[in-house]
Amino acid sequence: MMLEALRKIAEEHRAAHPPTAKTLKVCVAAGCVSCQSDQVKKALEAAAKKGGADSPIIVKGVGCLGLCAQGPLVISEPGATLYRQVKPEDAAELAAATKHEPVKRLVAPANQVFYSRQQRIVTENFDRIDPEKIEDYIAADGYLALLTTLTTRSPAQTIDELIKSGLRGRGGGGYPTGLKWSTVAKASGSEKYIICNADEGDPGAFMDRSVLESDPHRILEGMALAGYAVGAQRGYIYVRAEYPIAVKRLKLAISQAEKMKLLGPSIGGSSFQFTIEVRLGAGAFVCGEETALIASIEGKRGTPRPRPPFPAESGLWGKPTLINNVETFANIATILRNGGDWYAGFGTEKSRGTKVFALAGRINNTGLIEVPMGITLREIIYDIGGGIPGGRRFKAVQTGGPSGGCIPEQFLDMPVEYESLAKVGSIMGSGGMIVMDETSCMVDVAKFFMEFCKSESCGKCVPCRVGTAQMYDLLCKISEGRATLDDLALLEDLCDTVKHTSLCGLGQTAPNPVLSTLRFFRHEYLAHIEEQRCPAGVCKMCIPQEIHR
Amino acid sequence: MSTPSRVITLTLDDREVGAHTDQTILEVARENGIVIPTLCHLEGLLPIGACRICLVEVVGSNKLLPACATKVTDGMRVITQSERLTRYRRRVVEFLFASGNHICAVCVSNHHCELQDMAVYTGMSHLTEPYRYPKLRVDASHERFVQDDNRCILCQRCVRVCAEIEGAHTWDVMGRGIEARVITDLNQPWGESDTCTSCSKCVQVCPTGALSIKGMAAAEMKKRKHFLAQYWTLKEEES
Ligand SMILES: Cc1cc2nc3c(=O)[nH]c(=O)nc-3n(C[C@H](O)[C@H](O)[C@H](O)COP(=O)(O)O)c2cc1C
Ligand code: SF4
Ligand code: SF4
Ligand code: FES
Repeated sequence: MMLEALRKIAEEHRAAHPPTAKTLKVCVAAGCVSCQSDQVKKALEAAAKKGGADSPIIVKGVGCLGLCAQGPLVISEPGATLYRQVKPEDAAELAAATKHEPVKRLVAPANQVFYSRQQRIVTENFDRIDPEKIEDYIAADGYLALLTTLTTRSPAQTIDELIKSGLRGRGGGGYPTGLKWSTVAKASGSEKYIICNADEGDPGAFMDRSVLESDPHRILEGMALAGYAVGAQRGYIYVRAEYPIAVKRLKLAISQAEKMKLLGPSIGGSSFQFTIEVRLGAGAFVCGEETALIASIEGKRGTPRPRPPFPAESGLWGKPTLINNVETFANIATILRNGGDWYAGFGTEKSRGTKVFALAGRINNTGLIEVPMGITLREIIYDIGGGIPGGRRFKAVQTGGPSGGCIPEQFLDMPVEYESLAKVGSIMGSGGMIVMDETSCMVDVAKFFMEFCKSESCGKCVPCRVGTAQMYDLLCKISEGRATLDDLALLEDLCDTVKHTSLCGLGQTAPNPVLSTLRFFRHEYLAHIEEQRCPAGVCKMCIPQEIHR
Repeated sequence: MSTPSRVITLTLDDREVGAHTDQTILEVARENGIVIPTLCHLEGLLPIGACRICLVEVVGSNKLLPACATKVTDGMRVITQSERLTRYRRRVVEFLFASGNHICAVCVSNHHCELQDMAVYTGMSHLTEPYRYPKLRVDASHERFVQDDNRCILCQRCVRVCAEIEGAHTWDVMGRGIEARVITDLNQPWGESDTCTSCSKCVQVCPTGALSIKGMAAAEMKKRKHFLAQYWTLKEEES
């Protein structure tokens, strides 16, 4: 497709769907689908039909609307009224309400701050487009960045724009994306690959899933742009098989894009060709590690290998390979459409742009949010998140999942940036954010994550294979009040060894939850050990008749 | 795609040495008489960097790197011995003893065991962490060999020698984490394997008594790895 044709589709589609049209938008991402939003959509369609042709109502599926715990969610336009916990029986009422006052009992409370404090780049289309319609994406300026870049920028200029944007990898490590792209671009050889890492395995994380389900074309466009910039013709999306909706929409999006010649040979009339294939992962956390992921695509057992060589030099089938996270790719088209300087205007000096987080735990507004970097944890938790339910006291916020740490109250006013989070012993991670209150036990939290690492360790290298199991046993001993101070010293020693000697990031970061809770909540460990007491009342003590020390 | 090898210089423990860019830190160290302990690695097999015994410090890198699997670069400064490395190496050996059931006195490989050698090398006289005492399997179904998981350290030498040299790929790894095991074929008893050629290469490269020849008494099993060197000399002569 040529640029003019693309623009024409966009204009026609926009004209057919003016913002003033009465529209009911139903979230069709996994959270809402799991509470029957598809039934709600059907009921709304039926109700809209009944309303007759004189007052037409458009019913459409859209992406994740953020307040996932309150689904099924429906937005009524014009007016952007957000309804929550909608049932199919409510359909007639909602359809009728598009003509007059909103249905009060279904309007979601407190959605004002929840939305107004967010900054939407990655999620800009979530409430706007039907993820299964390529025209919707095109009408939202989709594929514009791809076709204009192909004709107006050289690959080197494309990378320059990315470097200017300051974007860093959203898969957890925060490696500068522009730098990674230019390394792959410079690597010798004409056969190169692009991989989108959609393995998302952190417990409780669903940022990437929401992007794939809500706006799949955005990923395809980002990957194609990457292919152009680094000189690759083939891309793979490695996505967990546990995400069936994402897989279905990705495959549909690929076939739609191929039909419109936005993927395939000579894209936009240029000499650039690019194809994308979906590969399914079987749900091993370690397969999110880049070298394990590559081994898995090659059909081997998904275990990491030592780096260097890095994939940029020797990746898939031994060829230079660019591997980025879903959210990283989701930023690309918008950056190239609006320019690197525009993107660099969001966030802070060293952490540009926005970050998507999955807010969970003891917080009023659970769900998916996108915020500018540099926002404080307090703003996220108390303004957007609506604070802690039941008037309980905040204790800590966990970021970075099994590789991250627990941040206590004294750092709530700290800006959310890669460096500041690392300074307090946590990491930005891929975007999981779990809030804990006074009823959470920090030893129990550390034990939970260690159990996860122990069972997700691939078993290849000794420190992670044995060390995580030993550390888990020690944490059990502590949580049951059976441990001594020597056990605690041993635990700290093992943390140090496993962190510094493990082969891949899984083992290298597995001790982090223990180390960070020990740093800020050592008294809780000591209460378990010295007084056989769990201050939060979570751990069951196992106190034998006679304690030998 | 591989770029031609170049001659470079680097320092190993304050000694300046010359090397080719296609060599690993371990190869260069051995050429220069510097001892770096190894366990999973065996010359002649592809390195996998799994046991972490050979970790060294490289100035400018925030990560410790496996000498067996890391190529040298120009100007690299490598530290092969330090208090910290000794501590970590010892801990790795402890992990291996804690995670298996290594009763040396009754083992066929007693005195000829690379794991024992590593315990001596790192000065590991006793464990500072609890033994795990796992319940593990012994497979004596093969007519000539025995596999004893109690003594396996998961170095994957058997897996590699069988796939890379013998070309049979009888062995592989099953399970994850602490549950991982080496298995024959699709976890059939070794004696029922369709692919095993009974060549005994796996037994000979196994660093411990995990794989042994039937009928051996304690301390009788001596491994003969010379075939690897012979194999590669032959290959070189052929080409
Ligand atoms: C155990 C482990 C699991 C990982 N899982 C993921 C994942 O699910 N998704 C992801 O994007 N990156 C994951 N990573 C990071 C990747 O290895 C890699 O750094 C990332 O995909 C690079 O993309 P980025 O530069 O866009 O962040 C994981 C790393 C480790 C060590
Ligand atoms: S650190 Fe853990 S997951 Fe990574 S290679 Fe070692 S055993 Fe496997
Ligand atoms: S059986 Fe022997 S060679 Fe095979 S993994 Fe175990 S210790 Fe290594
Ligand atoms: S010998 Fe290098 S990691 Fe095992």
